Amino acid sequence: MIFYKYISEFLFIAFIMLVFLGSLLAVRAKVLMHGVLGLAVSILGVSGLYFYLGSMFLTLMQVLIYVGAVCIVIAFGVMVGKTPTEVEGLKLKAGIFGMFVSAVVFILLIFSIKKTSWKIPIKMSGDFSIEHLGYTMLTKYCLAFELISVLLLAAVVGAIIIARGGREEINS
Amino acid sequence: MILSGCLTTYLVIALFLLVIGLYGMIQSNSLIGMLISSELILNGAGLNFMAFNRFLSPDPAIGQIFTLFIMGIAAAEAAIVVSFVLAVYRRFKSIEPAKVDELHG
Repeated sequence: MIFYKYISEFLFIAFIMLVFLGSLLAVRAKVLMHGVLGLAVSILGVSGLYFYLGSMFLTLMQVLIYVGAVCIVIAFGVMVGKTPTEVEGLKLKAGIFGMFVSAVVFILLIFSIKKTSWKIPIKMSGDFSIEHLGYTMLTKYCLAFELISVLLLAAVVGAIIIARGGREEINS
Repeated sequence: MILSGCLTTYLVIALFLLVIGLYGMIQSNSLIGMLISSELILNGAGLNFMAFNRFLSPDPAIGQIFTLFIMGIAAAEAAIVVSFVLAVYRRFKSIEPAKVDELHG
């Protein structure tokens, strides 16, 4: 039995590696399309972590929505324009500034994670099943569900109106 | 030591996603790169919610619904930003944020 535990831990570390390397590729890629691929890899890793957190439904949703929809939409966006030319000095300065800011945020938040003592709940109600999730979503959190649908409708209509006419120049 | 049964592991991974998204957002020189970084940040937020949901929440459905909400927002955001990029490219012939400076004095 302990053997299966080792395999599970090994897979967990593999998913963490996917997240790390994918996100590094996503921000450091020279070609924008490679950045989109890195985002997809990183998202696949996060969906594996969702599986370890007990939610099969969100694992599938993550792959479906992010890899299937968001990454494809971004790939369309990449094909619109040509990759920007590199401005060496400016880029270097922005890179150092970005590293500084993210290092500060990382150190601050890691200290607060270390210091906080989390309270474990006394008793659980409900479980991780899809039935319970669907029941809660359509009764107690009905407003959130309806808001997502209205938001997506508004976003799609807005996107169509803004992007109408393709990439030709406007006559004005 | 069991790595996958510990809240801190997930929090650190989510923190890493946030930090690398911040870094990418600052150093990127195209609008699409910034969009990719923002997706990373939103992923980190979702992972955080799921971790708290698994270890600290009394009802496991709440965090899942919130993560679904984040995914919906990320999808809507991606659609809107890509259409913005189309419109910006149409007007400025470039997707670099530094080139979009019509209001610059």
